[in-house]
Amino acid sequence: MEHIISVTVENKFGVLSRVAGLFSGRGFNIESLSVAPTLDPSMSQMTIVTSGDERIIEQIVKQLNKLIDVIKVVDLNETEFVSRETAIIKVHTKDQDRAEALRIVDIFRANVIDSTPTTYTIEVSGDPKKIEAIINLLQPLGIKDLVRTGRVAVAREPVRSAAVQAKKVARE
Amino acid sequence: MKLTGAEIFIECLKREGVKTVFALPGGVVLKIFDTLHQQKDVEVILTRHEQGAGHMAEGYAKATGKAGVCLVTSGPGMTNVITALADAYMDSVPLVCFSGQVPTNLIGNDAFQEADNVGLSRPCTKYNFLVKDVNDLAGTIKEAFYIATTGRPGPVLVDIPKDVSMAKAEFTYPNAVSIRGYNPTYDGNKWQIKQAAEAIMKAKKPILYVGGGVVFSGASQELLELAEMTQIPVDMTLMGLGAFPGEHSLSMGMLGMHGTYQANMAMHYSDLVIAIGARFDDRVTGKVSEFCPHAKVIHVDIDPTSIRKNIHVDIPIVGDCKTVLRELNQILRATVNGEQKDLRKPWWDQLREWQQAHPLTYQQEQDGPIKPQQVVKRLYELTKDRDPIVATDVGQHQMWAAQYFKLAKPNRWLTSGGLGTMGFGFPAAMGAQAAFRDRLVLCIAGDGSVQMNMQEMATAVVSKLPVKIIILNNGFHGMVRQWQDLFYEGRYASSYLDTTPDFVKLAEAYGAVGLRVKKVGDLDAVLKEAIATDKPVIVDVPTYPYENCYPMIPAGGCNHEMILEDPPELKKKQSGATKVTPEDKDTVLTA
Ligand SMILES: Cc1cc2nc3c(=O)[nH]c(=O)nc-3n(C[C@H](O)[C@H](O)[C@H](O)COP(=O)(O)OP(=O)(O)OC[C@H]3O[C@@H](n4cnc5c(N)ncnc54)[C@H](O)[C@@H]3O)c2cc1C
Ligand SMILES: Cc1ncc(C[n+]2csc(CCOP(=O)(O)OP(=O)(O)O)c2C)c(N)n1
Ligand SMILES: [Mg+2]
Repeated sequence: MEHIISVTVENKFGVLSRVAGLFSGRGFNIESLSVAPTLDPSMSQMTIVTSGDERIIEQIVKQLNKLIDVIKVVDLNETEFVSRETAIIKVHTKDQDRAEALRIVDIFRANVIDSTPTTYTIEVSGDPKKIEAIINLLQPLGIKDLVRTGRVAVAREPVRSAAVQAKKVARE
Repeated sequence: MKLTGAEIFIECLKREGVKTVFALPGGVVLKIFDTLHQQKDVEVILTRHEQGAGHMAEGYAKATGKAGVCLVTSGPGMTNVITALADAYMDSVPLVCFSGQVPTNLIGNDAFQEADNVGLSRPCTKYNFLVKDVNDLAGTIKEAFYIATTGRPGPVLVDIPKDVSMAKAEFTYPNAVSIRGYNPTYDGNKWQIKQAAEAIMKAKKPILYVGGGVVFSGASQELLELAEMTQIPVDMTLMGLGAFPGEHSLSMGMLGMHGTYQANMAMHYSDLVIAIGARFDDRVTGKVSEFCPHAKVIHVDIDPTSIRKNIHVDIPIVGDCKTVLRELNQILRATVNGEQKDLRKPWWDQLREWQQAHPLTYQQEQDGPIKPQQVVKRLYELTKDRDPIVATDVGQHQMWAAQYFKLAKPNRWLTSGGLGTMGFGFPAAMGAQAAFRDRLVLCIAGDGSVQMNMQEMATAVVSKLPVKIIILNNGFHGMVRQWQDLFYEGRYASSYLDTTPDFVKLAEAYGAVGLRVKKVGDLDAVLKEAIATDKPVIVDVPTYPYENCYPMIPAGGCNHEMILEDPPELKKKQSGATKVTPEDKDTVLTA
């Protein structure tokens, strides 16, 4: 099963290779990995998407915790979480395809971030299903280039009572 | 006052109580060697190969319980020490290895003798550091020793570029270390410990399965109390030998692939396995799906990744053996009464029956070829009063040493278990001898393995480390030959060693003493002579080449399905072979 693991690490050189080495050395699978500094610049946040049965995930979490540069590990599947991925897609667009591309962009609330007479560069973010869907739709036009960030995710803040939740929803 | 990096290095070693460094110089560490040369607090033992330096540091660490230290140069010095780091990593040996690095401004330039030391050692160290600024050196060394010796011990590398060893900085040594991502758990969860105590009270067929963790933790006394109080039998892993007295009536001996019959049967039929500082290695579990099918499992280990890695655990306790056992004993002291003895009487009847049915055996004929087991047995009997430290290499001789050398105390057993590194024994023995100059240190070696670090004989002679090497010389990579006889229809692909050097002359060539046992009758006299010699000694003991080590659980086999003796076809072949020497190296033995 797919798991999203959020890992807080020391922001120093070599840490990424320790984490990557752990996965490759033990034959664990990495589907995607994203890293960036946190608010506290001495730490970085990694979001790792991986998969495996319960025993493997337990080992992955324990092995990550064992790394000295790892400060905190959270298996987000154990809580509620929200996750997003961004893709940047360059598509061939000529003549009537240009209008079609813009329609798709609109439907997916994506943005055109660069444009030439024969291409659009489109930025889209959302959950992986949404990204897959837009890619499928754009494919017939001809995708020239595609980059994806991999997922980032965060645990949902636990909500104390139904009333509080209702208020929050109302606000949103 | 400002000190150079090299001076800071030495000051740090002194603060850590390091008396001995195993080392071999080279360009980028010359400043450090030069500084070491001008002081007397830290002794430098110059080895002949960096692998030797690494294993010596391991032997030192295993015998003393403190971190062993080695120092090597960049490039080839570093690659040479990798085997020892990997060995220490697998066997959780506390080690701090210092490597030289090219000057910081050249790192990444493919400079002369440059290697990515941190990258090379990453998968085989607990942690590693590249020190880029002399101001960070003291703090880094403090952290290195702290990481190497706390929690689950292991090797740590500190890579020091040449310019850092020469630059100057104000020296202050931190008193304490705090690393936010590293906080080993020593105290076990109290509730879990209570659960464990309850399970122990109820069990009808309990077994203690104890490993290297008991040795690292110094928990032998607590283990003894637990076992005696509850009358639970004790199985030891290869790495746990000495954690519990081998001659104790509760000791079942070693378990696993070449463990005793009773030790393995006890595991298989037990209803409660109490694993303490042992990691359920595949040489112990055999076929995982049929491992201890009737048992509940309690697992005490300081490293959470050891727990549930290979097998299901019912009562996991993350913590230090000593701390957890103390707590457990305290609970049990209040509850254990005569009833457990009655409850477990049938279990003990069964255990004694197993013990009597298939004890360790071998046949030594009076004027027949010398049996390797006989050598180990006599060596044990002749030296046990001197409380020796025993190192081994890897192979059949290692297993016979494990079976027949019944150690009474921990930190006397130096063997390579996890990596199974041939060539480990002799340098490890030297490391222990360097720590305890007056103790008797033995190395039970194979004729194949011993050739892998023979060069260190020069170190032993020069540095006056009077290790006694006893070579069980069977002319074979015996362990390989055994597998070939059992699983490859007796085709001896590259297991026959053909000509080995004359080990007696070899010892003499180095300035050591060489002795040979020509017949069984001479065994005691020659061993005694070796023990009485105050120089390094090689005792060459030509042994029966076709002896196999039993019991044996074939890899992936089930623990209660042991091979106890040579299968009939093999016996037939060998009865003819006793008089023949293995001349026909590629052929099957013929009757
Ligand atoms: C040729 C050959 C044959 C072999 N045959 C056998 C065999 O028949 N039987 C056998 O047992 N082995 C055998 N081995 C060795 C085997 O490969 C393993 O090395 C061994 O079984 C591991 O021992 P262990 O479980 O005690 O673990 P170790 O490697 O000693 O690990 C110690 C465990 O204790 C934990 N620990 C460390 N410190 C503490 C502490 N303070 N408190 C609590 N826990 C701690 C660690 O986290 C780790 O899990 C053989 C090896 C070779 C080379
Ligand atoms: C460095 C290394 N290479 C290869 C092996 C595989 N191996 C395991 S035991 C063995 C034979 C050891 O022969 P010897 O030292 O003579 O011991 P014996 O089994 O004959 O007692 C070999 C080659 C190993 N363990 N280590
Ligand atoms: Mg041999």
